[in-house]
Amino acid sequence: MARLDIRNLAKRYGDFYAVRDVSLQIADGEFLVLLGPSGCGKTTTLRMVAGFIEPSAGHVALGGSDVTRLPPWKRNAGMVFQSYALFPHMTVAQNVAFGLEMRKLPKVDIDKRVEEALALVRLGGYGARLPRQLSGGQQQRVALARALAIRPDVLLLDEPLSNLDAKLRQEVRVEIRELQRQLGLTTVMVTHDQEEALTMADRLVVMNEGSVCQVGSQRDLYERPATRFVAGFVGRSTFLAGTVEAPGRFQTDGGLNLACSGGAPGRAVLSLRPERVEIAATPLSGLDNRLSGAVEFVSYLGSLTDIHVRLSPADRLVVQVANREGGLAPDVGQTVHVGWPASAGQVFNE
Amino acid sequence: MIGAVVRRRAGRWALNGAAALALAYILLPLIFVVWLAFFRQEIPSFPPEGYSLKWFAAILDQRKFVDGFSLSFQVGVIATLAGLALGVPAALCLDRFNFRFRGPFSNLLLMPLVVPGVVLGTAMYVFHVEVENGLDVDVIGTFYALVCGHIVIIIPWVVRLVTASLAGLDRTTEEAAQNLGANRWITFWRVTLPAIRPGMVAGALFGFVASFGNLEMSLFLVGPGRTTLPIVILQYLEWKIDPTIAAVSVIQILLIGTVMLITDRYVKLARVV
Repeated sequence: MARLDIRNLAKRYGDFYAVRDVSLQIADGEFLVLLGPSGCGKTTTLRMVAGFIEPSAGHVALGGSDVTRLPPWKRNAGMVFQSYALFPHMTVAQNVAFGLEMRKLPKVDIDKRVEEALALVRLGGYGARLPRQLSGGQQQRVALARALAIRPDVLLLDEPLSNLDAKLRQEVRVEIRELQRQLGLTTVMVTHDQEEALTMADRLVVMNEGSVCQVGSQRDLYERPATRFVAGFVGRSTFLAGTVEAPGRFQTDGGLNLACSGGAPGRAVLSLRPERVEIAATPLSGLDNRLSGAVEFVSYLGSLTDIHVRLSPADRLVVQVANREGGLAPDVGQTVHVGWPASAGQVFNE
Repeated sequence: MIGAVVRRRAGRWALNGAAALALAYILLPLIFVVWLAFFRQEIPSFPPEGYSLKWFAAILDQRKFVDGFSLSFQVGVIATLAGLALGVPAALCLDRFNFRFRGPFSNLLLMPLVVPGVVLGTAMYVFHVEVENGLDVDVIGTFYALVCGHIVIIIPWVVRLVTASLAGLDRTTEEAAQNLGANRWITFWRVTLPAIRPGMVAGALFGFVASFGNLEMSLFLVGPGRTTLPIVILQYLEWKIDPTIAAVSVIQILLIGTVMLITDRYVKLARVV
């Protein structure tokens, strides 16, 4: 395992930048997740690290040595593909042995390492099967074993869980994470699934339109999103459009005067996390912002309920409440009171 | 309720009946040819006067059948190998690269399937005459000119079937191979080639059969003392109609049938074609 350095990496197709000036340092043994919507450049970045796409600018260094101009087969990076990309005409064992044969290891060592790799992903005894005889989850583990068998300097995961069903996905998340910790694998994973990203990463990188928006821990991204995009993409937020009148004073387009923290005067949006807003049937006290409105929509989500409250003709707020015995369960049309401290809202100037 | 069941059953019967009719239409001539090959009398007439294997023996007595068979076989094998060598890279290019005139080029490669054999043969003959006059080398009626002609009718089969099997290839498996340390060449041998092998085998098989049975084009390309089996058969039929020809056909049917059965053991033809 080794550290991975990405410096000023860019990929341009004509006038279009698929990736724009991305710099990241991934420490030895770190699990980094690239998170973003489709087309944000995360997969292009990963493929440049693997060597499938030649960067227009910038450098990739593995364990301190520059690999930017090396073809994929000369980089020691193990990749798990979204489609798994198992060789359909080879048995599971032959699939796992492929990378070792390329490294010209003696037959005895190959057999031993294939067995180890398969045992690692709990597929010992499946060596003689063909990929099509395995379930999706098993195929995914073969792909992982194949990538691990070569003892890569870095493990690259391209949406590795997106083809699994929801239940299995949760199990495999934990499994991959444990394996990664146990082996101390430097790992870069690409995903568009924020829940997946939050549960697996040591550190996250949110990308949008080819650029890095923010790098940080789960808490950093959720509590202190750097941009409006991050606030909307990681977790959920209600955005109220309006103007910062003076630092600490925010007026919405619907005419509500709200207390906020920070923000430079001018056009802005106020972002609020749905679970940070208090809601009650009776007027609230002790909060910087206290408002009331009619319930427009209620969606029951099992452990939680989303309540959409109309505050003004232009402003609608989503409030999330935990479903407890005797908790608030308003009907559509009912008037409710909402409130939040100034510190709960975050202002993004436009 | 009952009406629906009856209707569905009637529909199934109609479908099976149509299929049986089509199958009979294809198989009946073959069945008659095979039957005829064992008739004892020289002029085919029904019912047969008796049965005999003498027509099979008669083939071996006539050098022209043996020579024709041997020539057709040699031409078929060599042209098929050459057709693979040209058709597989062509199919790969069509699949992988987007270039100008890709569509027309793809159609051009399939053309020999559409152009009538007589037209193809005439064109080639004229071409051979021009080449012979221009370069002052023997071309017309030579073995290699014949092989070159047959390559043209084999290429479309190879291109078509290899292209079909390339469509079923997951390109990320090639990337996976490279990621695991295989360069482009090894990736081709270990991953791409096994994936298109069924298409290659099927293309070669159909190409060989097309070459082996080709009459119209070959008529223009053969030279004195060098005739392919279909031409030998045609020439024989001009003078005689005894069951020798039926016996020759039976051998051909057996040969091609055997090749198909063997191929099918390794590559499921139904899956490719």
